[in-house]
Amino acid sequence: MEIVFALVIGALTAAGVYLVLRARTFPVVVGLTMLSYGVNLFLFSTGRLVTGGQPIIDSTEQYSDPLPQALVLTAIVIGFAMTAFVVVLALRSRADTGDDHVDGKIEEFWPESGAEKRAETAPEEKS
Amino acid sequence: MNHLLTAPILLPLLGGILQIFMSFAPLGLRRTLALATTTLLLVVAFSLLLMADDGTYRAYAFGNWAPPFGIVLVLDRLSAMMVFMTALLAFFCHIYSTRGTDAVGRHFHALFLFQLLGLNIAFLTGDLFNLFVAFEVLLIASYGLLMHGGGTARTVPGLHYVVLNLIGSSLFLIAVGLLYSVVGTLNMADLAVKVPQVSGNDLLLVRAAGMLLLVVFALKAALLPLCFWLPRAYASATAPVAALFAVMTKVGIYAILRVYLLVFGDDAGPLAHLGMDWLFPLALVTLAAGVVGALGSDGLRKLVAWQVIISVGTLLAAISLNTVASTSAALFYLLNTTWVVGGLFLVVDLVARQRGSAQDRIVTAPRMRSRTLLSVLFLIGATAAAGLPPLSGFFAKVLILESVQPGIELGWLWGVILVGGFLTVVAYSRAGSIVFWRNVEGHVRDPGQLTLPVTVSAGALIAMSLVIVAFAGPISRYTDATAQQLHTPSAYIEILETPMVNGGDTL
Repeated sequence: MEIVFALVIGALTAAGVYLVLRARTFPVVVGLTMLSYGVNLFLFSTGRLVTGGQPIIDSTEQYSDPLPQALVLTAIVIGFAMTAFVVVLALRSRADTGDDHVDGKIEEFWPESGAEKRAETAPEEKS
Repeated sequence: MNHLLTAPILLPLLGGILQIFMSFAPLGLRRTLALATTTLLLVVAFSLLLMADDGTYRAYAFGNWAPPFGIVLVLDRLSAMMVFMTALLAFFCHIYSTRGTDAVGRHFHALFLFQLLGLNIAFLTGDLFNLFVAFEVLLIASYGLLMHGGGTARTVPGLHYVVLNLIGSSLFLIAVGLLYSVVGTLNMADLAVKVPQVSGNDLLLVRAAGMLLLVVFALKAALLPLCFWLPRAYASATAPVAALFAVMTKVGIYAILRVYLLVFGDDAGPLAHLGMDWLFPLALVTLAAGVVGALGSDGLRKLVAWQVIISVGTLLAAISLNTVASTSAALFYLLNTTWVVGGLFLVVDLVARQRGSAQDRIVTAPRMRSRTLLSVLFLIGATAAAGLPPLSGFFAKVLILESVQPGIELGWLWGVILVGGFLTVVAYSRAGSIVFWRNVEGHVRDPGQLTLPVTVSAGALIAMSLVIVAFAGPISRYTDATAQQLHTPSAYIEILETPMVNGGDTL
């Protein structure tokens, strides 16, 4: 179980980091979500992985640590709120700048490549 | 247990909730109630400051759950000072916002108060996970405040700010989880007891967690490789928000002071002074980068935003020296720089409103209507921020320079601070001479009038540099005592023996 758990956390985090580096708002949002899933699973595992354990004293032979569960719950709630905010902000940025690049309009920063890009996309937008 | 400890948290919380419910009430009523909340908060913060000055640690255990199992608030000299500093800054920023910033959006006052709520929890909590929660509370309020008023200019820097801080939060959680999995506690006092006992392979894990925490706090504080989000974000925010944000980087600095002197302090055995040898060179490079940014900025707002980074570099350089004298000097500088930089953001906004389309750009423009008053305010603010005599910035820098022990660090610190200070003066005088002295013919159509509350609030924050000089004796006595308290973490540990209140279990 430990190996599967570790692999899942590693895969989620790696995918999250890769997507965050994509510099387009939608991949960044998805990447942040994956990153926070990885972190939440990691946080859950910090109380040691136990199956069938209850976090209540005198209820079982084998106990699981209640604190990481409380921490994870808080982290999930906060993570959801933040993700929702980022989604709204990404939509707003798309509407305001007309581009989904995280730096806004790409030609403001890289005039030449932006001009090429505009030439490529312009006919599509008309149709 | 003293219930006054919860007041800095409950006041903005209740005030903010009230603001949400009366969001359709007339603006005057909302303003009055919001300002009343901030005023009350200032009074409470001042009484907490007086209370903490006796040097004892006061712990407030929520729900009568004794530490280390419950959530605690801890009041000591440092947290009282930070709460008071924030309350004073927020009070004047809030008055300034009545100029019209609060009329642009419906929830300005609620967001402003929730921001204060997050800041106060961060300063008062004695628990690492609660510090994370406090960071999130203040961040989500700051996202709202940063976007307040809207506009394309704010969306993009805002997006950078939010994404960076979300990644920072993930790192924070990983660090907290690592610490918990090894040490088994997140209460700061308990961590200070248990971290020195860690040995073997666990040492590496705790070291990794400690360094990750440093990365997170450095991101909040805007230390060099993690500071490039700051100037655009701050320069695009509305003036009272930018001025309030002057305290946001100080939250990171507070967290570094708290965690690295308590948990990884002198008594931490093999983990003592973790990360401090990294902090010193990075802080000096931050200072240098801030100066370069200030010299190259094309607008007054950007200039002040880079000043935030300069002060972060100076502060962290002093803190990483890790002596009582240098910590005390850093705290003295912290008070000075937070208030003055906040004031400068407000003054720069006043200047921008009188210059028509030139705004805050450092170009020649028609004559301002109230340029005498504004130039005097800018002069005082710039002098205090750059650290020229006779204002408080100068004394703070002298204290920092004096506190360093002879050695290789002395040369670097003196060199960077003195040359950096000189170049900062160059940056301010260049900006000031162009903006205030070089005028073109003609008049700005419909320049903003200076009204009394606005001028008073901007002027009062700038005048804090004079007040600090006038009360330099008591203030430096307080910061000395605070530094002394911070460097004896064994006293903090005593809050673990906080007894439960009698009769707590009779229900």
